[in-house]
Amino acid sequence: PVPLMGLALPVSPFPVFPSLSFSLPLSPQAAMTKLAQWLCGLALLGSAWAALALAPPGLQPPAPLRQALLPLPVYLLVAFGCYSLATVGYRLATFNDCEEAAAELQEQIRAAKADLRRRGLRL
Amino acid sequence: MAARGPGRVSVLLPTYNERDNLPLVVWLLARTFSDSGIDFEIIIIDDGSPDGTQEVAQQLEKIYGSDKILLRPRARKLGLGTAYIHGMKYATGNFIVIMDADLSHHPKFIPEFIRKQKEGNFDIVSGTRYKGNGGVYGWDLKRKLISRGANFLTQVLLRPGASDLTGSFRLYRKEVLEKLMEKCVSKGYVFQMEMIVRARQLGFTVGEVPISFVDRVYGESKLGGNEIVSFLKGLLTLFATT
Repeated sequence: PVPLMGLALPVSPFPVFPSLSFSLPLSPQAAMTKLAQWLCGLALLGSAWAALALAPPGLQPPAPLRQALLPLPVYLLVAFGCYSLATVGYRLATFNDCEEAAAELQEQIRAAKADLRRRGLRL
Repeated sequence: MAARGPGRVSVLLPTYNERDNLPLVVWLLARTFSDSGIDFEIIIIDDGSPDGTQEVAQQLEKIYGSDKILLRPRARKLGLGTAYIHGMKYATGNFIVIMDADLSHHPKFIPEFIRKQKEGNFDIVSGTRYKGNGGVYGWDLKRKLISRGANFLTQVLLRPGASDLTGSFRLYRKEVLEKLMEKCVSKGYVFQMEMIVRARQLGFTVGEVPISFVDRVYGESKLGGNEIVSFLKGLLTLFATT
């Protein structure tokens, strides 16, 4: 009963990392650093890719699948690079310029100086 | 029965050579709070400014009263994190607002922070320049690019659940800030980032309010290579340790 409970708790098929918590990074017991999460994820994807793409002749997936699989890591990297450029570019282009806020501040600075002088502030 | 106010709000203002801006930001704060009927106190933590900031602060204390303006100076420049810790010791409010004293942050957003806090009972409300109608004034294209690029990097690496990680205009519940100050160890930009990251680790909730950031200082102090390098170092440290 006790060992069974221990296995039932984390929703993870990988008993080596019982504290795996991709979906609950907010949990105080989470403990996995972002670096560790990345390494885990990369290891998982990497080993899956290697198993399929570099399999011995007897276990190879069909040819078209293998052709697509082999360059997949590079494709994904390039795709991520494009996504990054596009996202940063978009965010740069839509970065708000607060003209009104600056003008309002100027006005208020004038009013503040006058009022403070009236109240006895001496610079 | 009328709804209770938020209780008192304590504003922590660490200053260094802010002789010109300090009276203006205090005036704006006092006016904002009295217009919205919020009880407040302003704690000025000056790190031995050589330009006379403390004399100006003393005059402000006379004008607004020593129950509203608390002068808690230190002998020399000791850094932002310790300034917060020092100031918090004297804070009597339920909420603590941290902000810059150079008028880049406008006090008019504080009532919006409070409204947001009530709305979701957030532990932290963070002002964001990157969402909604938040934005910046006084930055050229290069500065904006660096800002957006750096922010993108932090989002990818840290997935923090907050859009503006390096911002320093925030409202904290007092107990939350106390807890966080115990845990945070970084300096500068990274310190602000670490606060949010640790807050999420501890299960605290973060709400956001778009703010406008009016940079009147950028022309004199360009963002140097040094700052970028230390930002990257800090980011990678947080990536590897949280």
